[in-house]
Amino acid sequence: MIFETADHFKEVINRPIKKVPSLRDITIANIFFENSTRTKLSFELAQKRLSADVISFSAAQSSVKKGETLIDTVNNILAMKVDMVVMRHANPGAAYFLSQNVKASIVNAGDGAHEHPTQALLDSFSIRERLGEVGGKKVVIVGDILHSRVALSNIYALQMQGAQVKVCGPKTLIPKHIESLGVTVEPNLRKALEWCDVANMLRVQNERMDVNYFPSTREYAQQYGVDKALLDSLSKEIIIMHPGPINRGVEITSDVADSKQSVILDQVENGVAIRMAVIYLLASKIQQ
Amino acid sequence: MLTSKEVNIILHRLACQLIEKHFDFSNTVLIGLQPRGIYLANRIKNLLEQEYAIKNVPLGFLDITFFRDDFRRGEKQLEANKTQIDFLVEDKKVIFIDDVLYTGRSINAALTAIQSFGRPSEVELMVLIDRRFSRHLPIQPDYRGRQVDAIEDEKVKVCWKENEGEDAVYLI
Repeated sequence: MIFETADHFKEVINRPIKKVPSLRDITIANIFFENSTRTKLSFELAQKRLSADVISFSAAQSSVKKGETLIDTVNNILAMKVDMVVMRHANPGAAYFLSQNVKASIVNAGDGAHEHPTQALLDSFSIRERLGEVGGKKVVIVGDILHSRVALSNIYALQMQGAQVKVCGPKTLIPKHIESLGVTVEPNLRKALEWCDVANMLRVQNERMDVNYFPSTREYAQQYGVDKALLDSLSKEIIIMHPGPINRGVEITSDVADSKQSVILDQVENGVAIRMAVIYLLASKIQQ
Repeated sequence: MLTSKEVNIILHRLACQLIEKHFDFSNTVLIGLQPRGIYLANRIKNLLEQEYAIKNVPLGFLDITFFRDDFRRGEKQLEANKTQIDFLVEDKKVIFIDDVLYTGRSINAALTAIQSFGRPSEVELMVLIDRRFSRHLPIQPDYRGRQVDAIEDEKVKVCWKENEGEDAVYLI
């Protein structure tokens, strides 16, 4: 249902006038306690394309710094008659916690190293767009699985749709009990790429690393980076995805990121359509 | 209310009325309104091309779900349909085609929605059934198949051969 709605919105955002008036009586607050460019812009754009009123704030300038609790902050915003909250927070489960404790629709825009649902939706949507469907496809998620909310949400979303998932990365960056999620670990990148239809290359999240998980960036790039030579040496054409921001030359080289096999910019475009669909469907549940 | 034969006669009349006004359709586009207007739109296009030898009548489908004014007011979730307009309507004569004209709110939404595709020089409305006494807005059809006086709790059901297996109109 989300994908079908997103299909329609993708058509809308490719019109000469990219806007529909559906949510003209809805106000949405974007609360970002963690830095974000892509997701925040994407959400804001999606909301504006739906004609919602949008207020955005980043935690850096907020009274959270003055010691206000999360529930208080959000309840104060809701007291200004806001209908929906889109939140990114550094603590896992923050969005769920909020949805249990305040009376408003909450969209999780990433909670720490836990989940990032709209990213997983747009990733699946992009796979579906390129390959027709997600079910039965083989997807490998490469890189920093340990710190990645994108990885966990993707694993859930892909498996729900019947895809097979492998993860690949340095042992230090693979969570210990990841097999319990029904995924297999493949330490060798070349083998993983030979197996898959789609490779989702994750960013190395230096900002979440308190100790050194691998000897050097150079060594990581050699072992787990994809370059054009490696891509061309595979027996079939695979699709390269990346949730951004890219560390060019680390996870993937520039010529891979800009190649025909990469759908990285499609992912960004689809992100707006998916977020429009999520917000639209959620808003339709709000009582007048 | 209408049998297959009557529907057929009406379709021919509507097609002829269009030709009378738009002649060779060089600057005219047909827009079928989703979901139920597309059947009538397809029929009219086929008639024009097959019976009256007018070639290449541009036809698009417009979905107005996201432009409706009753979002969040009904019980049912509004489900969107495909919009497919592969041409610009800038300076074109646009003819909206729908099966039943009732409150006029759909047409109102369509008038807003079509602006996303350019500024038409003129917009006309063709409907198969015009329910006369139920308009909420000052909207009237330019081409109408049949006018009916139905009371509020009656329902007009339009059936098409390609969908329901027969051409007919019922008052339920």
